[in-house]
Amino acid sequence: MSVVTPLKTAAEQALSAQFAAAKAELPGALPVRKLREDAFAGFEVRGLPHRRLETWRYTDLRGLLREARPLAESATISSAVRSRVAALPAGGVRLVLVDGVFVPELSTLEGLPEGLAVHSLADALVSGRDDLARILSGPGVASTDAGLMLNTALMRDGVFVEIEAGTEQAQPLTILSLASGEDERAIFHRSVVLAGAGAKATIVEIGESVGSAASQINGAIVFETGDESDVQHVRVITRHAPATVQVQSLLATVGGQAKFESFALVCNAGTLRQQHFVRYAGEHTEIGLRGVNLLGGSEHSDVTLVMDHEVPHGTSREMFKSIIGGEGTGVFQGKVIVRQHAQKTDGNMKSNALLLNDGATMFNKPELEIFADDVVCGHGATVAQIDGEQLFYLMARGLPRPQAEALVLQAFAGEAVEFVQDEALREMVMSEIEAWLGAREASSVVSAV
Amino acid sequence: MLEIRNLVVKIADEDKQILNGLNLTVNDGEVAAIMGPNGSGKSTLSYVIAGKEDYEVLDGEILLNGENVLEMEADARAAAGIFLAFQYPLEIPGVATMTFLKAAMNAQRRARGEAELLTPDFIKAVNGAADKLGIAKDMLRRPLNVGFSGGEKKRMEILQMALLAPSMCILDETDSGLDIDALRIVAEGVNALRDKNRGFLVITHYQRLLDHIIPDTVHVMSKGRIVKTGGKELALELEKSGYAAYVEAA
Repeated sequence: MSVVTPLKTAAEQALSAQFAAAKAELPGALPVRKLREDAFAGFEVRGLPHRRLETWRYTDLRGLLREARPLAESATISSAVRSRVAALPAGGVRLVLVDGVFVPELSTLEGLPEGLAVHSLADALVSGRDDLARILSGPGVASTDAGLMLNTALMRDGVFVEIEAGTEQAQPLTILSLASGEDERAIFHRSVVLAGAGAKATIVEIGESVGSAASQINGAIVFETGDESDVQHVRVITRHAPATVQVQSLLATVGGQAKFESFALVCNAGTLRQQHFVRYAGEHTEIGLRGVNLLGGSEHSDVTLVMDHEVPHGTSREMFKSIIGGEGTGVFQGKVIVRQHAQKTDGNMKSNALLLNDGATMFNKPELEIFADDVVCGHGATVAQIDGEQLFYLMARGLPRPQAEALVLQAFAGEAVEFVQDEALREMVMSEIEAWLGAREASSVVSAV
Repeated sequence: MLEIRNLVVKIADEDKQILNGLNLTVNDGEVAAIMGPNGSGKSTLSYVIAGKEDYEVLDGEILLNGENVLEMEADARAAAGIFLAFQYPLEIPGVATMTFLKAAMNAQRRARGEAELLTPDFIKAVNGAADKLGIAKDMLRRPLNVGFSGGEKKRMEILQMALLAPSMCILDETDSGLDIDALRIVAEGVNALRDKNRGFLVITHYQRLLDHIIPDTVHVMSKGRIVKTGGKELALELEKSGYAAYVEAA
C-alpha cells in the first residue's frame, strides 16, 4: 500500500507554522482548544481547498492564496476606521470589529435594548459554556469544509449575540467588520447570533476595508435560531482592495415554524467565496437566501449554498442575481438536500446572471439531492445579456444608452433586493447598487468619448 | 414634418430585404394612416424610424424637419421629437412607472438643453394626463407595464406620448388586443393630442381604428413600398375589397 503525501504549498506550510505559534495565545477554554486542534488537524489533511474538490471547483483557494499573510493580532484603529464608524446611520446597536478584533470603544454597549446580550467572541470562548462546541460547529453539512476548519482553528474574535426568547428587537443590530488595510494581514473572525424561541431581530453585517492593502479574510457567522423565531440577515461586502481574498461562511440552524432570511450584496470585493450551510431543525420553517453580485475588473464572487432539509414541511427560496462586467467571474453552486423524512419540502432556487461583455464568465451549478418522494423542488439558472428589446424601449423614450442600461440592470438586481424587509436597509442596498451602476455608467460615457 | 425618401432596409443579420424604396411624407398637423397586409413591412418601418438596431439601412433617408435622423441613436431621435407607441409595450420589472416617466422626460429635456422638471411639476403633469386616460394611480406605482392588461399597456403608451409631447407620433398597431371600450379611450387620447404642429403615422391592419382616429391620408403598403395613397375613403374601400389587388400590383 502506498501512501500519498501531497506536497504542501508555501501558504499551507506558513499556516501550519502560524497555528503552531498562535494556538497557545488564541482565546479559548479547554474544549475550544480541542476544537481548534481538531479543526486544524482536519485542515492539514485536506490542505487549502482546490479545484479538484467538487465544492470548490470554481474557486481554487490553493491557487489564489500564494502566500499566507501574517495573522492580525490586534485592531489597528486608524482615523479612517473612526470616520467609517462615524458614518454609520444613527440608531440601533452597532458592534464593531477591526481586523477581526471586537472594539468595545467603537461599539454600543451601554443601554442595550431589553432581551439583548452582547459579548466578544473571545470572552465567550473562555467562558466555558458547555454548548459552545455545538454552537460553533453549526450544521453537519459544514463539517468537512477546509475553509471553515481554518476559521475554527484560527478565529481570534468576533461578537457573541444572544437574543432572549420572545423578544423583538425593534431596530437592526449592525456588525461592522472593518479591515484597517494598513498592511497585508490575515484576519480570522467569527460571530455568533443566538435567537431564542419566538425572538425577532434583524442583523446587518457589513464587511469593508478602509485602507488600500489587500487582506486575507476568513470570516464566519453562526446563527442558531429557536422555534417561531424570525431573523433577517442583511450583508453588504464592499470597498475591498482588488487583491483581497476572502472566505465568508454562514452557518444557520433554524428551529421549527421559524423564518430565516439572508440577503447579501457583493460589489468591489476582490475575490470572495461565500458559503452558506443551512439546516432545518424543525418543521414548517421558511428560509430565504438571496443576493446580488456586481462584478467588474478581475473580481471573483462565489456563492455556494448547502440547504439541508432534515425535517418535513420546510420551504426554501433562493434567488441570486449576478451582473458581471470586465473579466469578472461569478459562481453559483446551490445544493438542496431533501432527506428521506423531509416530505412536503417546497424548494425553489434561482440564479440569474447578466454578462456585460465577452470577458465576463458565470458558472451556475444548481443541485438537488432528493431522497423523499413527496416534494416540490425546482431550480432555474440563466446566463444572458441585457435584453435588447427592453433597452430599445427605454432608448426610444429618450434615455441614453448608459442610463437605459443602468435602469435595466438596477431592475434586474432589484428583484432580489425587494426581499429585504426593512425599508431603510433596502434603500441602503439599492443606493450601493446605484452607486456601482453610476460608476459603470460614468466610465462607459468616458470610454464612448 | 417627416419625409422618407427611397428607403431600402434589410434585417441586419440576414439577407432578407423588408423595405424596397419606400417614399412617404407626413406633414405637420397631418394624420396619415398606413394599411397593409401582414408581412408588408409596416412594423419594420416604424422600428426603423424610431432607431431600432436590428436593421440595416441600405439606401435612402429619413428626415425629421429636414434633419436626417438615420445617424442618430434611438434616444437622440426621441429627443428630436419622434415617438413610437409600441405594438407590444415591453414589461420592465423592477422599474416603477413613475421613476421611468421622470427619467424619460428629464433625459429628453437634458438632450434639448432644457432644465429638469421639478418633482411637483412632474407629478402634476402625470396626474393630469393620467386622469384624462382613466389611468389609476395604482398603475403608476407598479413596475412599468408589469401585469398590465393589453388595454392598460396601450393607455400607458398614450400617456407617455402626452407627457413627452413629440412632434411626430408613430402608432404601431395600437388597436391590436383592444376591446371596443379600450379602443375608444385610446383613440380619444390620441385625438386630444392632434395639433397643427404634430404629425401622426397610424399603422393598422383594420379600418376599425380609423373610425375613431379619422386620418387625413391613407397609404397602402405592400412588399415594402407605398403602392397607393388616398383620402380616408380609401380605408373603407380596402375594408370591402381587401389587399389582394395591391399585393398583385406591388
